[in-house]
Amino acid sequence: MSRPRTQAEYLARLVPPSVAGINRRSLLAGAAGTGALLGTGLLAGCGDDSGSGSDSKNVSVGSNQSDPKPKDVIAKVMDGFKTSSGIEPAINTVDHNTYQENINNYLQGKPDDVYMWFAGYRMRFFAAKGLAGDLSDVWGKLSGFSDAFKKASTGDDGKQYFVPSSYYPWAMFYRKSVWQQYGYQVPTTLDQLTALSAQMRKDGLTPIAFADKDGWPAMGTFDILNLRINGYQFHIDLMAGKEAWTSDKVKKVFDTWAGLLPLHQPDSLGRTWQEAAQSLQQKKSGMYMLGLFVGQQFSNEEQSDLDFFTFPEIDPAIGAKALDAPIDGYMMARKPKNKANAEKLLEYVGGKAAADITVKNDPATLVANTGADVSGYTALQKKAAELVGSATEIAQFLDRDTRPDFASTVIIPALQQFIKDPKDIGGLTSSIENQKKSIFTD
Amino acid sequence: MSDLPLIQADRAVPPPAATTSTGGRRRRLRLLSRTDRVVITLMVLVPLLLVTGFVWLPAVATVLLSGTDWDGIGPLNEIDFVGVRNYSDVVNIYPPFVPAVQHNLLWLAALFVVATPFGMFLAVLLDKEIRGSRFYQTALYLPVVLSLALIGFVWQLLYSRDQGLINAVFGSNVDWYGDSSVNIWAVMVASGWRHVGYIMLLYLAGLKGVDPSLREAAAVDGASESRAFFRVVFPVLRPINIIVLVVTVIESLRAFDLVWVVNKGRNGLELISALVTQNVVGEASRIGFGSALATIMLVVSLVFITIYLATVMRENRE
Repeated sequence: MSRPRTQAEYLARLVPPSVAGINRRSLLAGAAGTGALLGTGLLAGCGDDSGSGSDSKNVSVGSNQSDPKPKDVIAKVMDGFKTSSGIEPAINTVDHNTYQENINNYLQGKPDDVYMWFAGYRMRFFAAKGLAGDLSDVWGKLSGFSDAFKKASTGDDGKQYFVPSSYYPWAMFYRKSVWQQYGYQVPTTLDQLTALSAQMRKDGLTPIAFADKDGWPAMGTFDILNLRINGYQFHIDLMAGKEAWTSDKVKKVFDTWAGLLPLHQPDSLGRTWQEAAQSLQQKKSGMYMLGLFVGQQFSNEEQSDLDFFTFPEIDPAIGAKALDAPIDGYMMARKPKNKANAEKLLEYVGGKAAADITVKNDPATLVANTGADVSGYTALQKKAAELVGSATEIAQFLDRDTRPDFASTVIIPALQQFIKDPKDIGGLTSSIENQKKSIFTD
Repeated sequence: MSDLPLIQADRAVPPPAATTSTGGRRRRLRLLSRTDRVVITLMVLVPLLLVTGFVWLPAVATVLLSGTDWDGIGPLNEIDFVGVRNYSDVVNIYPPFVPAVQHNLLWLAALFVVATPFGMFLAVLLDKEIRGSRFYQTALYLPVVLSLALIGFVWQLLYSRDQGLINAVFGSNVDWYGDSSVNIWAVMVASGWRHVGYIMLLYLAGLKGVDPSLREAAAVDGASESRAFFRVVFPVLRPINIIVLVVTVIESLRAFDLVWVVNKGRNGLELISALVTQNVVGEASRIGFGSALATIMLVVSLVFITIYLATVMRENRE
């Protein structure tokens, strides 16, 4: 349930399992209780079994960067590693969606020495299950990462299991030309945001573009309201199942959201994020709360017209310094065939040289290493990097900060239910809490 | 079937009395050469193994797993049994379950009451050899060639609230796929669009096989067109009617691809099959919970399968 970052990726995930084939097989496998057997066969089938440990000049990398552009960037980074170390990395690229749906079986079978994954609970979950290699030694050699990135790479036991490579922040995006035309000012409090929205409505704009057909975009809105109202630690505890969804704190989030809903684009449940982004692009909407990837719906000429601000403060005691900025990166298999080479590779991909290659070749992401030469960034990228750099805490987004089964089977339907009927907050939160108790049992 | 030596031998031998059963078996075996026996054994064993391995074992495993809280991680011997907790959770605290059951039934009813009769109606019309009937036939059958996934995309172009054709043409503002009181009907229109063509072709094939002298006789007897159809042609088509019935039931239980393409079976488009997939497929899956849903679906399917088998067997006996 990650956010698709390109249109191709988005389309790929629309393909139902019966068509994608592999998913139905994994469904069958899961039902048969032989998931591990079949699933690893599928993914490991693409793997490099010939190297099997004896050759010390090899290391294998499992990649979910299946779109042409990012795939090309990964290839360039790996070329850089080969040049600098003399070790030959074998990249096994698997379709992004398939990779994610098979990650369980993949990690339990014979995963590649190094594999790509996401920071946050999703990483901690597999680390706690013993499916990830300890990277504390590698972190001892890394530099250029802020504490927030280190925190996001740390497992429940205090060891590091993840090396960040890129990230993208979530914020309120808008078109500079529209705001200049009407003379709007960036709001810094919730009241100012409401007043601005009222003015936008008078000017014939939809204040806030909104879409939730795919279920995940509304998580961004819930997250930011929760971060602004209750703060980062409560977000983490709530996502970890430690806080009750029936608490007044969560109810306040939904109450605030219910107040803001009339300012959002109506009928969001039938709209994709692309369609909502296009309403911003077509100057029909004033603002849009989304990740940096919203820029994909804008032409090259329009890129410089795109700007953003972080979601305004709601509670002065909490401030507006925390935000969602999901981090992508690398992890190591629990038993890599060649641990020394895997650690060398991780050190390289977390280092400045790899980040420089990414900056040069991929204008759509931000690199995690602050030591990188970011002079090639666009103005928007620079601003986004500054925003995240100044953040006190970085959350990973709802479905990366909690159990994936909870996020997709409970939260998505619940948020859609809320959008449909924002009045019954009590019933909604107690339904979530009941299901949470059943899922968070171990 | 009746040409098989085994069966012939069976028929050739008079039903042996209990005391002479060994003699009967020996004589039967003598009619089969060694090759025959190997071939028959293979023909029985291979499908048996395939069916056991790919149908029965997974089905039994699903039922067993439905009593666990397995998340797909860790060895099988560490699975905890939780009894019927998954089932009670499904019924008591899982909001999408009740709508899913309702939608499945609604789906069956809509295909059965609207789409299937309409397909039959079109078949009867096309059977009249009207001008351009080949063209209509092709046009109506075309959607059946497309996968339901593709049909989802095609109708998305019509249904999209902001950019879809319907709202653009009629200037309306209906959120066809997003409004949960509308989308199930919108999706069923798309599903029916395909189903009608399928039924039409099946039925057309059946109508072509009806002996024309029957109709002539009915006409001579002074029966009206509709009376001749319902009293003479329709009963003659009994085998086709059963196929159509089964196809309709199967299609309604299979209804999955379309809702999955539209919104992964959420917000008004819940179906049991979609809920199973949501829970079982993906990272950190709820395999136990999903299996409980799958078991419920298995039971529902068994009801229809039993009805079908009972009908077919009665047919054979006649």
